[in-house]
Amino acid sequence: MSVMQALDLRRRSASSVPAPAAGKPAAVPVAKLIDVSKCIGCKACQTACLEWNQLDQPIGYTDGTYNNPTDLTTASWTVMRYTEYEHGDDLEWLIRKDGCMHCDDPGCLKACPAPGAIVQYTNGIVDFISDNCIGCGYCVKGCPFNIPRISQVTSKAYKCTLCSDRVVVGQAPACAKACPTQAIYFGTKEDMIAHAGKRITDLKSRGYQNAGLYNPPGVNGTHVMYVLQHADKPSLYAGLPDNPQISPLVGIWKGVMKPLSLAAIAFAGAFGLMHYVTKGPNRVTEHDEEKAAEVAGSEKA
Amino acid sequence: MTAHTKPVSRYTTAARINHWVTAVSLILLALSGMALFHPSLYFLTYLFGGGQITRAIHPWIGVVLAVSFLGLFLRFFTLNFWNRDDTIWMKNLGAVINDREEGLPEIGKYNAGQKLVFWGQSILILLLLGSGFVLWDTYFASYTTIDQKRLSAVVHALCAIGAILIWIVHVYAAIWVKGTLSAMTRGSVSGGWAWKHHRKWFRQEVGKS
Repeated sequence: MSVMQALDLRRRSASSVPAPAAGKPAAVPVAKLIDVSKCIGCKACQTACLEWNQLDQPIGYTDGTYNNPTDLTTASWTVMRYTEYEHGDDLEWLIRKDGCMHCDDPGCLKACPAPGAIVQYTNGIVDFISDNCIGCGYCVKGCPFNIPRISQVTSKAYKCTLCSDRVVVGQAPACAKACPTQAIYFGTKEDMIAHAGKRITDLKSRGYQNAGLYNPPGVNGTHVMYVLQHADKPSLYAGLPDNPQISPLVGIWKGVMKPLSLAAIAFAGAFGLMHYVTKGPNRVTEHDEEKAAEVAGSEKA
Repeated sequence: MTAHTKPVSRYTTAARINHWVTAVSLILLALSGMALFHPSLYFLTYLFGGGQITRAIHPWIGVVLAVSFLGLFLRFFTLNFWNRDDTIWMKNLGAVINDREEGLPEIGKYNAGQKLVFWGQSILILLLLGSGFVLWDTYFASYTTIDQKRLSAVVHALCAIGAILIWIVHVYAAIWVKGTLSAMTRGSVSGGWAWKHHRKWFRQEVGKS
């Protein structure tokens, strides 16, 4: 692989200081491209993910479908989601490999209150640094894709790392390596967009008029992209958001509210201090005490 | 010669303990909550033993506060009903903060400002409790949607700031108006204090003895 890699930081959660890499030339942005049209749903990627990351997914239950486990978990950072799409006389089996999209503008990182618990490397990978994670679940609220899962055991958040530990030494993510149909590609984001273009041309020539690339602009693009047969309707693919963006509520909570709240508290404190300095204490006078004694005396009499 | 009355009893021992349990919880909640609200205040987590512990104990302190405040609410809500004199008092707030309240109606146990503190905190604590449960992922994550959690985060933060602002007013009033603090430390105030600030209440109290 010709990708120059470095795990220099581009962003660091809850930190107003510039990330260490600021000013240094950034690493080349990388991306994983998942070609849904080539996926056969074998789950080799799920297995490879568990294996490489040494994760243990406890045996659960089946809901009668191929979705297994039925949702992302603290151990299963990627799961295949199977959708039977019926239209006219046709039935299509849409199989989407779900997992962290590595948003270029990551909502999890924006929402995280713990300094350095979520970082984004200059190559675009968004990573959770467990040492700094406090298990508050704010990343869950920040994420437009419902990806992070909090462990009941360790009280830490987990998700796909895009195999940052493999990428840094020039290896493709484990899932991409394991995929038998090469439905998962990995490389520079530029190359992946170019490759997706070829795949889309091919799909269109075979009748998929709405084939396209899923690289949603609402989060400034993602470092995990999909080639979709029906890119006009991403929600067909087990609820992939049509236009994902960081919730405006999170924007308010993590944006204007922070400085305004501190300003309001500081103003209230300053107002009190200035009031005391200009007006002085509100004291009971001797006259008040005398009046009180007089009233108390007359009541007793 | 100056005549002084006996101190006038204002709060029972139980009411004072109830108040201070609430006060300490509120301060701990404000510190741990601010630590998780603004990155610049994250250092406050060290007061509690780190981020994980701060995150874990904040909701439990909230439960203590809610129970304790319920006690205060039940003790005092009948004394905090709004009346016409309170409206007059509020219209003359300018005179009050300039210590010129001679012309105003005589005040019962609580003035309009104190009543607003009471009702303000009552409403905010109820909202904080409700939104707090939605954010308490350790036990309640599965009961609400992510959108409800997002809304709760905003409501929780807004109400917390409101409660902190009211707390500042409450504490400052006790600092500014000399002779007030003994009501919550020893349970009584001087006759002169009662006469100056809560004359109607003072008349009732001396009438009883």
